[in-house]
Amino acid sequence: MKALCWEGVNKLAVEEVPDPVLHNDQDVIVRVIAGTTCGSDLHLIGGYIPFMRSGDVIGHEFIGEVVEVGTGVRRHAVGDRVVVSSFVGCGRCWYCTHDMWSLCDNTNTNPGIGQALFGADTAGIFGYSHAMGGLRGSHAEYVRVPYADYGAFKVPEGVDDTSALFVSDSVPTGWMGADLAGVKPGDVVAVWGCGAVGQMAARAAILLGAERVISIDRIPERLEMTERHIGSEVIDYTATDVGAELRERTGGRGPDVCIEAVGMEAHSDNTLVHAYDQVKQRLRLQTDRPTAVRQAIHACRKGGTVFVLGVFAGAVDKFPLGAVINKGLTVRGAQQHGQRYIPMLLDRLAAGDLSTAHLATHSVSLDEAPRAYDMFKQKTDGCVRAVIRPNG
Amino acid sequence: MASRKSVWVAAAGLAGAAAVVHRSRTHASAPTSPDRWLTVTVNRDPSDVQADKLPSPLHDYGDRIETRISAAPGDRGTELAVRLTEPQPVATESMAARLAGADPRQDLRLALREAKALLETGEVMRPDAPTTHNTPGGRLVGLLSRRAGGEGVL
Repeated sequence: MKALCWEGVNKLAVEEVPDPVLHNDQDVIVRVIAGTTCGSDLHLIGGYIPFMRSGDVIGHEFIGEVVEVGTGVRRHAVGDRVVVSSFVGCGRCWYCTHDMWSLCDNTNTNPGIGQALFGADTAGIFGYSHAMGGLRGSHAEYVRVPYADYGAFKVPEGVDDTSALFVSDSVPTGWMGADLAGVKPGDVVAVWGCGAVGQMAARAAILLGAERVISIDRIPERLEMTERHIGSEVIDYTATDVGAELRERTGGRGPDVCIEAVGMEAHSDNTLVHAYDQVKQRLRLQTDRPTAVRQAIHACRKGGTVFVLGVFAGAVDKFPLGAVINKGLTVRGAQQHGQRYIPMLLDRLAAGDLSTAHLATHSVSLDEAPRAYDMFKQKTDGCVRAVIRPNG
Repeated sequence: MASRKSVWVAAAGLAGAAAVVHRSRTHASAPTSPDRWLTVTVNRDPSDVQADKLPSPLHDYGDRIETRISAAPGDRGTELAVRLTEPQPVATESMAARLAGADPRQDLRLALREAKALLETGEVMRPDAPTTHNTPGGRLVGLLSRRAGGEGVL
């Protein structure tokens, strides 16, 4: 079959690879209907997560049709149209049974790497490096889904493929940020980043009752999309002082909840700060550029909550710990616990509470995927998400 | 150029990971002290985790390991700890021995992880068949991946 493979730093190619097979009784094989580019893929492609091998299949956010079922699968049958959580959860370890699916004990087949890096291994992810289990990604004609009874969800009739696709990762990630940050009626919430995850975090905050939601980015079409489709206020950080703007809009307090949805390759309008972070990252003196996290911590009101949704791999420099302590902040972070939210989110999509189709600004074949990733990375042609359809 | 850069990137990352492993091991187990227990918490009732009924390959160790089973606090299940009965040569703890897969604790750690997975889910999740090509950086990642099942901080 054909698959999109990482071939080196900033080099992708469509290659022939062997078809996936059932390795465990609780696996299914899914024929991929659609997958999407994700900002976190760019960290892999750019070499910021140094556990990739030439030939690794990438992609982790997808929808498809079940074509083969293991003997231990109880909840799925051939022909099911399913959206699959990007994180694989076994469903029975303590973390899965407590709805912390991205912390699953049993699905990262390379646990020693995570334990060395983080002090504990975390769940496996489709197509997200050998540090996260080395599972094949979903930008392929077919993909094997382990523990499918727990990670694959039937898509309700009436919800189209493109809308359901984003429930695999970006929608639950955004929802989780607002939920676990404790957004409640009356809150003012600021969200850094107007990509798909940031937009979904903003929408979740609105649906959870936030009084005002303010989204921050620099790309005009993303700001416009967030204002129009999500119903959030927006700030262009290249046009104003974000901290001052937020203070002005919140009676001088700062937002109650600040959600960072940018990640390790953040930009800054402060040329000096951006250059400093880039140099340190390139010299591997820090693995991540935490520009938006720093800003969120400084902007947050006293006693507020900062939630880190963006992907970070290791250590950062100039982390404002003093602000965290002295302002009494709660700082949380997590990779997405998709299985916790996906059924509810599919219901909300069916009910029209949520809309995601606008995120799909481009639709391409697998052969066009390398070009689509380049467009996505450069943010050209208004690209927010490119949907990749491996089977046409 | 891309391949050179990827080697450099992989080497930097892996060196960092190796340093962390080395540091954690250095503090975790002094060479002259008895070997530490390797421990996992199994999300099953203590009555479901019995020393004489542990899944293979842990069961196959027989008298070569000591086993300790106790209820975990709260609702966390059962703590399962094992260690080799025979003291191991200090040399097996070296980075070279561990990269060569010559530390017997690596196989025991793998068996312990597999026992936990079998007790909790009924299976051990297997990795996908590789689609990778060999490059210098890739070989390094491949070596680390091969050892990763038996390494870590249990």
